Amino acid sequence: MGEVVPVPDRFDLPLDIGLIALALLILFTALSVVVLSLTWLERKFLGRLQRRLGPTRTGPMGLLQPVADALKLVLKEDLIPAWADRTVFWVAPLIVIVPSFMIWVTIPAAENLVLRNLDMGLFYIVAFSVVTILGLVLAGWGSANKYGTLGGLRSAAQLISYEIPVIMVVISVAMLAQSLDLREISNFQFPGVQSDNPAEAGFTNIPYAVIMPLGLVIFLIAGLAELGRTPFDIYFAESEIVGGPFVEYSGAHWSVFFLAEYMNTFAIAALTALLFLGGWHGPFLPDWLWFLVKAYFVVLLIFWVRGTFPRLRIDQLMAFAWQVMVPLSFVNIVIVAIYLFYGWPWWVATIMSSACTLVIAYLVYKHLSRPAARVAEVYRRQQQANLRRKLEAGGT
Amino acid sequence: MVETNVQDINADGESLEMMVNMGPQHPSTHGVFRMQLWLDGEKITRVVPHIGYLHRGSEKLCEGEQYHQIITLFDRLDYISNFNNELVFCRAVEKLMGLEVPERAEYVRVILCEMNRIASHLLFVGTFGLDIGAMTPVMLTFRGRERAQAFFEAVSGARMMHNYFRVGGIKEDLPNNFETMVREVLDLLREDAEEADRLLTYNEVFIARSKGVGVIDADTAMQYGLTGPCLRGCGVDYDVRVADPYSVYDRFDFNVPVGLDGDCWDRYYVRVQEIYQSLNIIEQALRQMSPGPIAAMGRRLIRPPKGDVYVRSENPRGEIGVYLVSDGSDKPYRVKVRPPSFCNLSALEELLKDTWVADAVVILGSLDIVLGEVDR
Repeated sequence: MGEVVPVPDRFDLPLDIGLIALALLILFTALSVVVLSLTWLERKFLGRLQRRLGPTRTGPMGLLQPVADALKLVLKEDLIPAWADRTVFWVAPLIVIVPSFMIWVTIPAAENLVLRNLDMGLFYIVAFSVVTILGLVLAGWGSANKYGTLGGLRSAAQLISYEIPVIMVVISVAMLAQSLDLREISNFQFPGVQSDNPAEAGFTNIPYAVIMPLGLVIFLIAGLAELGRTPFDIYFAESEIVGGPFVEYSGAHWSVFFLAEYMNTFAIAALTALLFLGGWHGPFLPDWLWFLVKAYFVVLLIFWVRGTFPRLRIDQLMAFAWQVMVPLSFVNIVIVAIYLFYGWPWWVATIMSSACTLVIAYLVYKHLSRPAARVAEVYRRQQQANLRRKLEAGGT
Repeated sequence: MVETNVQDINADGESLEMMVNMGPQHPSTHGVFRMQLWLDGEKITRVVPHIGYLHRGSEKLCEGEQYHQIITLFDRLDYISNFNNELVFCRAVEKLMGLEVPERAEYVRVILCEMNRIASHLLFVGTFGLDIGAMTPVMLTFRGRERAQAFFEAVSGARMMHNYFRVGGIKEDLPNNFETMVREVLDLLREDAEEADRLLTYNEVFIARSKGVGVIDADTAMQYGLTGPCLRGCGVDYDVRVADPYSVYDRFDFNVPVGLDGDCWDRYYVRVQEIYQSLNIIEQALRQMSPGPIAAMGRRLIRPPKGDVYVRSENPRGEIGVYLVSDGSDKPYRVKVRPPSFCNLSALEELLKDTWVADAVVILGSLDIVLGEVDR
């Protein structure tokens, strides 16, 4: 940590480029395996939530289902609509997948299990992940389809709005750790690791999920919206705009979007693990296993939400972003700032943050369930009246 | 550059409305229904519905078939609630002939019709959730519907196109273990309905999407001829089973659930409550049923007397009416159906005015149309 990586004064071109290419290839392979496992996990887990079995026919417990899916997608005919803008149509999937892949360069799975740890890691990740929006808008526009256009514009509105709470939470994490380096942030959350930075000397090393539960909640919700997962799957809503930007894509190009979506899902899960759950640190198990356990736990949480909730409408989504999420993320920053400024013990921040979370959650719940509460009350009265009428009829 | 023959920008560079074709191949139009939507951003400014993609000329076909052959055609009108359709046609012919149906046959008909109503409403609950984006309820309710259909198969020999009711009764008597079978299925159906109900009805996101969406007041609803859950959702206490009792419906004790505001959530909730009421009716029918003859007459060619008759009954989707004209031969002179889905669909333009494009799907789903019946 902290040591200056010497900049090589010359590139040994064939060797360095070869090494970089090899490293990227390994990373891509590992990510593909993760994505395959995620698709299998999602189908199996959702199946169990919905009282069915999920895939069973391909291999033991349907384990080969992702392989079958991938084969089908690759062998499928790649159609391009006659009216589509060919260049934009072909480039859009690349613009979506490249940033999703690039952010993985700096996400550490363990102390030394990272392709290139950057001092500005968080900044790099946030900056790159925004580029995805461009790809989605272009995909919607380039396919010359009205559903695609609607979906592209929706994705622009949605992703840009939810980028703000995500960035705000990331800033609050950076404030706590006094660093943008993911490795350092992760290490600060573990008691065994001592910091070189005098700024942290006064703080206990515990996972940031404990210090600011509010930040974790905001990050998970806004992260769901960033991913476009239920209940925020608005820009490709199947029952409304039939896949949005992806509506005209098929075969290999569609599978590129698919790959990017799952890479992003795992990236959000990994970031949650790194920023809030103490990264790869934990007792007994090896580092990389702890990282996977935490990341997969968050992924299962995301799948669970998908099996439970319907979808919001675009205006409700935007209202939720600007009226709830953005102010809350500022509140989160203020809480962290107060805590840092006065140097109080960590549980003060915990109390402030969880109190804030509970109050807001209660208010949102109250607001959303008000119509239902009214209706339930009226129906209850109706039933009582029915019962009374019946009793009177029986009595006479 | 992309060339389209649709003008989206006028000479001054202002954006115009965008016309979007929703359907006939769209996952949420519940069949081959097509809506032409004019959108201003995400808002719908105008809508033109197009029907007829599933037109099979059923009414005309009826004129060329003998009475018992027509029952199969009625199976295929509203293909989600086949027994109810068979019932209304059989009742029309019976009324024309002045036939008295044996009591046991009436009870069997009621049990099957109510079971079919449950199956139909279960399908609605699942697909309505799917329209809003919830993917789990449909799995639960489809399992329930499948159980009901397995039961139908055990009774009539077919899962969907039963062809089981006959003019003057039913085709064959019930299987021996009918009663235990019904009780088993009832428990399972109740479980399925309750599970989906718990998951969906008071879900905050579900309420945010459906409460206050697609509101129609009682007067407008009646002017458009809405019936069934769509009308009862507006708070109108009208059910043909109670208002004009047919078969043996006057012997059962059941409530007619009504809504409050006439929005999508109320239409949904009325249907969920009707599932429980139907379960209730079936239980009562099982208790009251006794052995006896199952048909008023043997199998023979039917020649109703000359004349015409109008008969109505309560389908899961609303009031279905049959106007039957007989010229005294073995084939009807004219059969006119008043399909509930068609009349409910007529309010679509009114409901969709100035709503969000995402709500179009929800509102259409809450009307619960079956295209086989709309197009005939």
